[in-house]
Amino acid sequence: MIEFRIDRRSGVATYLQLVHQVKQALRLGLVGPGDRLPTAKDVVAQTGINPNTVLKAYRELEREGLVEPMPGLGTFVRRSLVTPGVAEDSPLRGELLDWMDRARALGMGREDVEALFRAVLDKRF
Amino acid sequence: MGSDVGFAVRANRLGMRYRGTWALRDCSFELAPGTVTALVGANGAGKSTLLVLAAGLRRPTEGTVEVRGDVGFVAQEKPLYRGFTVAETLRFGRATNLTWDQDYAEHLVGAARLPLDAKVGRLSGGHRARLALVLALGRRPDVLLLDEPLSEMDPVAREATAGTLMVAVAETGVTVVLSSHVIAELDGMCDHLLLLDRGGVRLAGDVDELIDAHRVVVAARGADFGDHEVVTAREGERQVTALLRLAGPPDLPEASPPALHELVVAYLRTGEAA
Repeated sequence: MIEFRIDRRSGVATYLQLVHQVKQALRLGLVGPGDRLPTAKDVVAQTGINPNTVLKAYRELEREGLVEPMPGLGTFVRRSLVTPGVAEDSPLRGELLDWMDRARALGMGREDVEALFRAVLDKRF
Repeated sequence: MGSDVGFAVRANRLGMRYRGTWALRDCSFELAPGTVTALVGANGAGKSTLLVLAAGLRRPTEGTVEVRGDVGFVAQEKPLYRGFTVAETLRFGRATNLTWDQDYAEHLVGAARLPLDAKVGRLSGGHRARLALVLALGRRPDVLLLDEPLSEMDPVAREATAGTLMVAVAETGVTVVLSSHVIAELDGMCDHLLLLDRGGVRLAGDVDELIDAHRVVVAARGADFGDHEVVTAREGERQVTALLRLAGPPDLPEASPPALHELVVAYLRTGEAA
């Protein structure tokens, strides 16, 4: 089950934070088709946020075809967002790990790596 | 918030005059059932007056305010009998309310760690505020009106109280209107905003939509913001930081959506300047 974490200072709308976190979990394969998302009440009890915000996030995920509400049962994941490169044992992930190790060996810190990664990411995507 | 879904609270040209001064004037708005509204405004903007009128405790000078269903109201002073114990306060709640959920009230008192045999007069301000809220929630109202419910609480009590309120919304769909000075703590709790300025409604609507309709921009002094309305602008030596209400697509570089408190403060500041 997904555990949501709300950053009240981020400036990102709360419902979007929930949407992003579900997508992130789908991409990483932490949740997959058939899994149930926590109920609005569960999320509220866990985070203290407004239940309408949770429902709004779930509606957005439904609109994107990622989840499906089943009346009386909950909201279920319809589609996976896992791509082959994400898997724990994929060559792509292995190469990125090697790359990170090399950056660290060069004395780069987390922020340096993030800046470089983002710069290349923006160039390609 | 169309009238097709019905309303929980509706004000139409509501006005209240105290000794020749209008505390509230020409207020019109509608709150849908199950929404949680942050009622914000400077001191004297009319927040308490609006809540008292909606609770039906006073008659408006003009206009109307309608509330659908059973109303729970907690005034800013958190009125309770100081000579009662916590347990006696709950018994009082049960005796004086047609609908009263004793199990729920006891659960809330337990969660707030309020000692049942303690006299109300000896409780801290934060504990009294929580007990007042238990008394309002225990009757399972359809609409809950709270005037500064969190003001006397420590951070832990605030978070717990926010959780209690939000679970009540999830469980029963109660409509909540709460006033507060601390806007950051309302972020995440409230889905609607009602901003009063000198007795009138200055800004109202869905929080996400309002935020989406505004941008904070940092630009060179004298920059042209086109058709977008400048709500407030602060000029530095070379730069200007402006909060804009968008008139169309956000075609601005270096612009970001405001945080809720930035939006509220910007509108409150325009009120001060006027």
